[in-house]
Amino acid sequence: MNVDRVKSAGRSATARNGTPAIDAEGLVYSFGDNVAVDGVDLEIAPGEIYGFLGPNGAGKTTTIRILATLLRPDSGEARVFGHDVVAESDEVRSRVSLTGQFASVDEDLTGKENLILIARLLGYSRKEARVRAGELLEAFGLTEVATRQVKTYSGGMRRRLDIAASIVVTPDLIFLDEPTTGLDPRSRNHVWDIVRSLASEGTTVLLTTQYLDEADQLANRIAVIDNGKVIAEGTPGELKGLVGSGVLRVRLRDPEARPEAERALSQTLGVAVETPSDPVALLARVSEPERVSDALAELSRAGIAVTDFALGQPSLDEVFLALTGHPTEEETDEKEEEVA
Amino acid sequence: MTTPTNTTHTIAEDALRSALAASKRPKRPSALSASLTFGWRAMLKIKHVPEQLFDAVGNPILFTLLFTYLLGGAIAGSTGAYLQYLLPGILVQTVILITAYTGVNLNTDISKGVADRFRSLPVWRPSVIVGALFGDAARYTLASTIVLLLGLVLGFRPEGGVLGVLLSVLLLVVFAFSLSWIWTMLGLMLRTPMSVLWVSTMILFPLTFASNIFVEPKTMPLWLETAVGFNPITHLVTAVRGLMSETVLIGEIGWLLVACAALIAVFAPITMYLYRNKE
Repeated sequence: MNVDRVKSAGRSATARNGTPAIDAEGLVYSFGDNVAVDGVDLEIAPGEIYGFLGPNGAGKTTTIRILATLLRPDSGEARVFGHDVVAESDEVRSRVSLTGQFASVDEDLTGKENLILIARLLGYSRKEARVRAGELLEAFGLTEVATRQVKTYSGGMRRRLDIAASIVVTPDLIFLDEPTTGLDPRSRNHVWDIVRSLASEGTTVLLTTQYLDEADQLANRIAVIDNGKVIAEGTPGELKGLVGSGVLRVRLRDPEARPEAERALSQTLGVAVETPSDPVALLARVSEPERVSDALAELSRAGIAVTDFALGQPSLDEVFLALTGHPTEEETDEKEEEVA
Repeated sequence: MTTPTNTTHTIAEDALRSALAASKRPKRPSALSASLTFGWRAMLKIKHVPEQLFDAVGNPILFTLLFTYLLGGAIAGSTGAYLQYLLPGILVQTVILITAYTGVNLNTDISKGVADRFRSLPVWRPSVIVGALFGDAARYTLASTIVLLLGLVLGFRPEGGVLGVLLSVLLLVVFAFSLSWIWTMLGLMLRTPMSVLWVSTMILFPLTFASNIFVEPKTMPLWLETAVGFNPITHLVTAVRGLMSETVLIGEIGWLLVACAALIAVFAPITMYLYRNKE
């Protein structure tokens, strides 16, 4: 549960001077009849961690592949640090790195050989490439498995190697396509640490995720993508604000006090109070958060013991549902765009 | 399984930061250097997955023994006489058949996702394919060596001497390199590695059998003899036989080099177009 956590607000791209890291207008791409990207506009400031959030098939990967010069858009334009992704693709490629959805390393080679290969391709001498590979293996906790074939690696090791391969030369912009899909929680945390370190060293990060929690944890700003379109964009806080101000959760010591507590809360807050299956819990969707302290004071005045309370923002799951009219898990063809 | 240490941070943040800071951007490598690096990758793959050499090692042994002893007596009166005729042809067939793997390997790279990384690097784009072909050339050379050694053991005596043999292998490898661009094109057009292998084998089998590898075209019906005369493999076998038997056929070799240039001129650009625009 991601309640009670305050995030620093993202930097607005438009508010900053200088060339945006990514600047795209009206990107469209179709696979045959299937319109995968349907008019995407983006402006991402240098140094941001920017999240693409959306279900499978929403068009996140296709958008990234256009920005990484792997696909030419059918229409629209995109510039990476001011360079057009079609006309100046070489210039773009020298400033970005791509970590694909499926580990883009050679499974037959060892971890060290993979890194040396990339270093050599980027122009390192044989000796420098070895040194660089060693540094990266060390930094990513892969020294022990350096001489093993990648096909023997765990999912987490493979993912770390993949990211290491992307920063042989520290890129100005890194694309991470679903960097934590299929990883266990510990490996996922490692990847999160890496992403944060990258950003703190000045690399712009564009990551895609299906996990709302991940976007919330990492991103300064998020674009919610569905059916090839950006349906909402903003800081995690702004997106949550679209749904409502927040949720108050209260737990009581004594379940028998619940009816009384319910009455007291609904009177002070002026909203209906829900009683979940947990016999000591109460939950209220609050429209005016400043009344919460009054409500808690009221409980204490009535002699009702509270063991735990939290005022949280709604989860991004709720945001997604409110924006698209369908939950993230399922793919619905008919979509009603009802913005709450 | 090696379990990473039990500390909560496998990622040493300091090491990571210093690794990021230590990064530099060297000068972009030349086209040749990038291609050779990809060639090195192909060598590493042979080192780690030696099974992939099975075709390059197994086929030549099997084919040479099978055709010499099974058909030699019937075709040329004696196995010894037939070997003298057959060996240069078997050499060509062995190498030409294993060119199919070029397309298979490229297709595998794409389906595994590693091609995406290569394509997003600022290197000379054909280098990934040219490098893979350099690696294949090493396999062709290995297969050729095996056929020739086996031939020598069985009694094959090339009158063209060491130089003739070396030149014939060089010619063969150059031709195989040029022909491989057809398979790289197919590797990018077809969906799975299996379909690439299947289609290229369907082309290569008739191409190698309907040639002068096994028998003199004179013994064939006129229509087939004419068709065989147009088969580039026939020209290649004729040139290789010539080099190995001291009769260097300049015209034949010239024809082949033009054919090589034509193959590359047509199929390399198509391959690169498909590679650039692969979805």
